[in-house]
Amino acid sequence: MLSYVGRRVLQSVPLLIGVSIIGFALMHLAPGGPLAVYTLNPTITNQDIERIRIVLGLDQPVHIQYFKWASGMATGNWGYTFFGGRPVLGVILERMPATFLLMGSALSLAILIGCTIGVLGAVRRYSVFDMMATSGAMVALSFPTFWFGLMAIYLFAIKLGWLPSGGMYELGEEDNLLDLVRHLILPCLVLALVITAVWSRYTRSAFLEVMHQDYMRTAKAKGLRAPARLLRHALPNALKPLIALLGIELPALFSGALVTETIFGWPGMGRLFVDALNMKEYPVLMGMIMFTALFVIVGNLVADILIALLDPRVRLS
Amino acid sequence: MRVGVWGRFRRHPLAVFGFVTVAVLCLAALFSPFIAPHDPLLLDTSRRFVAPFARAGFVLGTDELGRDTLSRLLYGGRISLTVGLVAMVTTVVTGAVIGLLAGYLGGLIDTLLMRFVDTMLCFPQIFLLLVIAAFVPPSLISIALIIGLTSWMEVSRIVRAEILHLKEQDFVQAARALGASGGRIMFQELLPNIAAPLLVAATLRVASAVLAESYISYLGYGVQPPLASWGNMLTNAQGYFDTVPWLAILPGAMITLTVMGFNFLGDGLRDALDPRLRMDK
Repeated sequence: MLSYVGRRVLQSVPLLIGVSIIGFALMHLAPGGPLAVYTLNPTITNQDIERIRIVLGLDQPVHIQYFKWASGMATGNWGYTFFGGRPVLGVILERMPATFLLMGSALSLAILIGCTIGVLGAVRRYSVFDMMATSGAMVALSFPTFWFGLMAIYLFAIKLGWLPSGGMYELGEEDNLLDLVRHLILPCLVLALVITAVWSRYTRSAFLEVMHQDYMRTAKAKGLRAPARLLRHALPNALKPLIALLGIELPALFSGALVTETIFGWPGMGRLFVDALNMKEYPVLMGMIMFTALFVIVGNLVADILIALLDPRVRLS
Repeated sequence: MRVGVWGRFRRHPLAVFGFVTVAVLCLAALFSPFIAPHDPLLLDTSRRFVAPFARAGFVLGTDELGRDTLSRLLYGGRISLTVGLVAMVTTVVTGAVIGLLAGYLGGLIDTLLMRFVDTMLCFPQIFLLLVIAAFVPPSLISIALIIGLTSWMEVSRIVRAEILHLKEQDFVQAARALGASGGRIMFQELLPNIAAPLLVAATLRVASAVLAESYISYLGYGVQPPLASWGNMLTNAQGYFDTVPWLAILPGAMITLTVMGFNFLGDGLRDALDPRLRMDK
């Protein structure tokens, strides 16, 4: 097992290098490059900019700049914000809990509902329920998240007045858990919709895949009842592609969270990203791009290790 | 064979629904200058916020500047579909070339290209789209190219998998024995044989490109006003949301309908063209 984990970690190294090269290239693609903020400031002269260029090492060859930047990333020095000069990594980490609360709750809800629909659809393939579930999933996948969010706000916040239309807390209610839950319901449901659709489709095909295997026929021939067959025999085998999906769908989850946070004014990383975009805060943008990509690499690594824990064949191959 | 494909396609009511929707939308977009009752950019503040069906000549009402909503939806559809189609072509061409090269050449090139694909897949698409869209001066072509160049990875994986399977077959060996060059084998022997999966992928890519365009236009980094796209119509409508909801409902409904149409069409094509590729084996 340990050697499998070691090999799998090594496989992430090229990805890390690739991600860092793309991140570094994007930073230099920014209009004005890393010096953009200084050229916009009228009190700074050209001589000043030249001096800053040398201090920041921007007069050095590209590969040396890259290594300096990459070693900074590795040691937690992700640069400083243009406005306020705060460390970028700190600014991002500050927003992390809000985003992870939103993503975590939406993902849990989506997996719960999506898997149930998927399993029922696979068991009763081509039934009315299955037809409705598969076409319903396709419809859900076609909704633009932001529009669905706006419709939800219109119905539940403006028309019915049941739930708040945005934000994370009412003023002065920062410690009130119930208030937090009330604010979480709408963004969580909106983000969960598309993920539920993805999970129900994948669960359905993962279960259909295993249900025609010989061991399922054997289990039936042994006289095992359907629930036992599903839980003891089908589930463990169908679980692997679903755990892999957890890692594969992480980038889409971040994208969905960005849109959801923007509509609902949820103070998370997605909101931070959009604000940084509007303020041309390039260091924060680059930091966010790198943060999400690194998180996706680690997420896929964890998913693969989980799969190897479940299935000895994976770690021996 | 042709009868078989059409027969299988026709049996899916949703696929037919998708086909009809896509056809109607494309025709509406193509002929919008002839169908649209008004100039979509014509301002008239004496008729702001006319409700749908409330005044003759303005079937779907008017927006905050008195512009005719139906005309804006038609022209907006033109923009959204153009961006969707150009982005799809970019995606399919990039994905097919990279998939072909990786699958056919193999070895180090395959490894490098596929690691590049893996790397690109680590970035959430909206984050990349927004950053690049903010750096590059926005135009229809640049938006379409950005969307295309951030979404080709899955196509290249599909193509590579097909090529790995195809390149061992006799007709490829025969072409090689006859002395055909690598380029000829890739583009004249192999490419026509993956037309079916490519067509399916292309249809589904239009759906996701239309969706991506609406996201970045909604966030203000896509199609710029006064040009109407369904995404930026929603941004405007958001400001008057509690009093005139239809302004937000209509463009969103159009996006949903379009994306749904292409998705159902793509799914139907997959079932009809290649039963092997069905989601449920």
